[in-house]
Amino acid sequence: MATNSTSETRTCDTTGLPVCLTAQLFIKLSAVCAVVFLLLGGVAAILLALTRWQTIHLLPVDWFYRILTFHGLNMLIFWILFFEVAVLYFACTVPLKAKLFSRKVAWVGFIMMLVGAVMVDYIILKGKADVLMTSYLPLLAHPAFYLGIILVAVGTLIGVFNFFATLYVAKRDRTYEGSVPLVTFGATAAAIIAVVTLLHGAIVMIPTFTFAMGWTPEPDPMWYRTIWWGLGHQSQQVNVCAMVAIWYLVGYLATGAKPINETVCRGAFVLYILFINLASAHHLLVDPAVGATWKIWNTSYAMYLAVLASMIHGFTVPASVEMAMRYKGYTKGLFGWVTKLPWRNPAFSAAVLSVVIFGFIGGITGVTLGTQQINIIAHNTLRITGHFHATVVGGTSLAFMGLTYYVIPLIFQRDFIGKGWARIQPWLFGGGILMVSLGMSFAGSLGVPRRDYDIEPAGVYGASSHLFLGIMGVGAIIAVLALLIFVLLCVGTLLFGKKNAGRPIYDWGTAVALPGADESKVDAHWGMKGTIALTAVFLMCFAVYYFANWKALADVWPVQ
Amino acid sequence: MSLTVPEKGWYKAPEGAEKLWIGLALVWCMVMSVMMPYWHFRGKQNSRGEAYSVEPAAFMERTTTFVESGTVGDWNGIPIVEPPPGGEAYLAARMWSWYPALKLRKGETYRLHLSALDLNHGFSLQPLNMNFQVLPGYDHVLTITPTSTGEFTIVCNEFCGIGHDKMIGKIFVE
Repeated sequence: MATNSTSETRTCDTTGLPVCLTAQLFIKLSAVCAVVFLLLGGVAAILLALTRWQTIHLLPVDWFYRILTFHGLNMLIFWILFFEVAVLYFACTVPLKAKLFSRKVAWVGFIMMLVGAVMVDYIILKGKADVLMTSYLPLLAHPAFYLGIILVAVGTLIGVFNFFATLYVAKRDRTYEGSVPLVTFGATAAAIIAVVTLLHGAIVMIPTFTFAMGWTPEPDPMWYRTIWWGLGHQSQQVNVCAMVAIWYLVGYLATGAKPINETVCRGAFVLYILFINLASAHHLLVDPAVGATWKIWNTSYAMYLAVLASMIHGFTVPASVEMAMRYKGYTKGLFGWVTKLPWRNPAFSAAVLSVVIFGFIGGITGVTLGTQQINIIAHNTLRITGHFHATVVGGTSLAFMGLTYYVIPLIFQRDFIGKGWARIQPWLFGGGILMVSLGMSFAGSLGVPRRDYDIEPAGVYGASSHLFLGIMGVGAIIAVLALLIFVLLCVGTLLFGKKNAGRPIYDWGTAVALPGADESKVDAHWGMKGTIALTAVFLMCFAVYYFANWKALADVWPVQ
Repeated sequence: MSLTVPEKGWYKAPEGAEKLWIGLALVWCMVMSVMMPYWHFRGKQNSRGEAYSVEPAAFMERTTTFVESGTVGDWNGIPIVEPPPGGEAYLAARMWSWYPALKLRKGETYRLHLSALDLNHGFSLQPLNMNFQVLPGYDHVLTITPTSTGEFTIVCNEFCGIGHDKMIGKIFVE
C-alpha cells in the first residue's frame, strides 16, 4: 500500500489511522529532545551513584551537588516533560483522526521549552546554581536558573493549550463520534493536572526570580516550600496519568486487551484529577507551621481516593490483558496465560515491569512514607529517593521507553536495528532500577540521608548501610548501561534503520489466538483469576509493609 | 480498545471481580485514612508542626541565654547544655553546625526549639532515625521524651552547601 499523504496528513501503513504531519513533526522533535535529556541525566546518574557508593566516592564535593542538581532537573523535568508533550500531541490527533490545532503555537511552546532547558543546564554546569532541584529559599541561584524553569513551564503550558484546542476543534468538526478513546481520556487527565501543577510553578518561581534579580523582597521560606511542592509532587502525578494511559495502550497493541469496563477506568482517571492535587503535603509532614489537621487531610488525598485510583488501574490493566489472553484460548489454570504473553516484545515487557515496579515498590512505599506520622522515620532519608526511583524511573521512564519501541517505527517510520538488544533492554533497565530502589530504601531505613555527599563524618552508619549503598551502585551501573543501549538503539535506528514507509512495521510480537478459541467459554466477570491472585498478594504486601512501619515508628522516642 | 472510540452505552457499573477489588481497595484506603487520626489521639509520635515566627538574631539570643544558664560540659569545643526536666531546650542550626550539644535525661519530657539561622536544615537524630525540617524564621517546637540512653548524633539531612555532610551535632541521654 502506498503512503497516502497529502500536505497535511499521511495514512499510517500499519494502523490505517491518519497521522497529522504537523503533530508528527512535534512528536519527533519532542521525542528527540526527551531522549537527549534522558542521556544527560543518565550520565549524571552514574556519576552520582558511584559517589554515594562510599567505596568508590568518585566526585569532589562541589561537583556532587552540582551534578545532583543537573540529574534531578534533566530526569524529572526535561526528559519527562518533553516526552509528555509528545504523548499529548499523539493522543489528541491520531486516535481522534484530528489535525493539530496550530503549528505556530506548537513552535512557540517547543522553542520556549528548549531554550529554558538549555539555559538551566548551562547555568548549573557553570556552577551558578548549586541549589538542587528543589532550590529551597533562602538558598539562591543565578536568576537565569529560575527564568529557565519559568520558560520550560510556560512552554509546556502552551503545548497543553495546543492539546486542549485540538480536542475542542476535533469535537466541533466531528472527526470522531461519541466519547474520546481511553488513551486520549488519560492524556486529558494528565493535561488537566499539568495545568494546575504548572500554575503552582509560576506562582513560586516568578517571585523567586524577581527576588533573585533584587526587584522584590525575599519570599517566606515556608511559603516557598508549600507552593513549590504544589509543583514538585503534582508534576509527578502528571507522569502517573501518562504512564497509566501508556499501560492501556501497550496492553492493547501487544495483546489486543480492551478495558473490561470503560466506566471504571475513566472513573479512576477522574479520581486522579479530583484528589491528586492534595499530594503536595507529602513533603511537608515534619515541617513547622503546618498543622496536623491539614497534614492528615492532605496526606490522605482526602481518604486516599487517588491511591484508590492507582489500585483500580493496577487491577484493570492486568485483568484486561488476562481476559484478552483467555479469549484467545489460553485458559489453563491461574497463570497458564502468563507464559504465552508476548515477552519478546520490548514494549510489552517494559510495560509489565513498569506495572510491577510502580505498584509493588513505588506505590506501597509511597503511600507508607507519605503517611502523616510515619514520615518522621523517613523524611529526607534515602527511603524517599528509593520510592521515587521506583515510581518515576521503574514506572514512568520504563513505560516511556517501552512506548518508544512503537513510536520510532510508527512516527519516524524506521524499523529498529539491534532487535536482540531491544528485547533485553527493558529487563536490564528494570532489574538495575529495582536494585537502585531497594538499595536506597534499605539504606534509608537505616537512617542514611538523601542529598548527602559523605556519610562517614557522622560515624553512625554501619556496614549494612554501606552494603545497601553498594547494591544501589551496582544497580545504577546496570540501569545506566541499559539506558545507553536504549539511546544507542534509538539514535542508531534514526540514522541507519530501514525505512518502513509503504509497508507494515516490524512486528515486535503479539499474542496469537489458539485455533478453536471460544470467547463465550470465559466467564466475563470472574475470568481474570490470575489477576485476582496477584492483586491479593499485592494487598497483603501492602498491609504488611504499612503496619511494619507503624511498629517501627512506635519504637522511637515519643514526640509531639 | 483503548485507542478507539468506545462503543455506545459504555457506561455501566462494575461487576464481578472488578467490583470486589474496588470494594476491597476502598476498605483498605479507609483503614489507612483512619490510622492517622487514630494515631494522633492514641499514638505517641506525632508531628504537630507547632511553630512560632522568630527572627534568626532573636533565636540566637535565646540560644545564647540557654547556653549560659545550663552548660555542663564540652563536646569538641561546643558546650553541652542540660535543660531542666520539663523545660525548654534550644538548638540553632547554621552552616555547618548544631549549637549547642544537649544533655537530656531518660524518661523526662522537654520542649526542644529548633530554628535555622541561615538556610533550610534537616534535623535527623541517629541511630534513632527521627527526622524534622528546620527553617529560618520559624521556631519549630518538638515536645520530646527520650526513652533510651546513650550518645545520639544529629545529622543535617537538608542540603545546605558544601559542608553539609560535616554538620554534626550531639544529644547525650543519661
